[in-house]
Amino acid sequence: MKLAVCIYEGPYNHEASDSAYNFIKAAIAKGHEIRGIFFYHDGVYNVTRLMEPPQDDRHIANRWSELGATGIDIVVCIAAAKRRGIVDEVLVPNVRISGLGQLTMMAIEADRMVIFGD
Amino acid sequence: MSEESKKKIMFTVRKPPHGSIYVYEGLEVKLIMAAYDADISVVFMDDGVYALKAGQDTKELGIKGFEATYGVLVDYEIQKVFVDRQSMEARGLTEEDLLVIGEDEDTEEPIRPKMVDASEIASMMAEQHNILSF
Repeated sequence: MKLAVCIYEGPYNHEASDSAYNFIKAAIAKGHEIRGIFFYHDGVYNVTRLMEPPQDDRHIANRWSELGATGIDIVVCIAAAKRRGIVDEVLVPNVRISGLGQLTMMAIEADRMVIFGD
Repeated sequence: MSEESKKKIMFTVRKPPHGSIYVYEGLEVKLIMAAYDADISVVFMDDGVYALKAGQDTKELGIKGFEATYGVLVDYEIQKVFVDRQSMEARGLTEEDLLVIGEDEDTEEPIRPKMVDASEIASMMAEQHNILSF
């Protein structure tokens, strides 16, 4: 199945980011295709390279970046990002800022859109 | 693209309009998505029905309100707007409380969201290609 994943919540503060990550890893392991990952609302904070969590904790931004390196399209909403001070300069590699049109295409092209957040 | 071949995408609005940004940013998604080749519908339920209450004033909250944008949903080609009857009744709201989302092109009659039962919402949901919740 072709899946798209949308994440609404910021990292560490909420489990949405972790749940989404684990879901995606499990889906890939089962042979599903990830059409794309879209960060919206406070979710845009998930991919800033300025985060520096304690060394014995997971590094959420790097984890998304590694997933992006496998070729999965990871998109940060530009409108939500601008509101929150997330710009190209602070992004981890393998992630891009783009518009809600990308979310639209994911919703149209994916068999299922799975949303993580409140 | 013909109406039949368009992908059906539904938005559900379940949160109150103020107190968090979900509903406001969710509205931005609807306006963008309406410009694409998709069959868009929106259903307001639970505390989301408060988003459709006419006469909201956000001045004291110090935030920009978005009731005016809901008032022109029809102009954005978002015509399929529904509200859950049970959620309305549970909150003491009636059809008269609902804001106008546009006017009929021919008759110029005001268009309001359509009140529907949970069973109707369930059957509409079953037809969707994807559902996004805000």
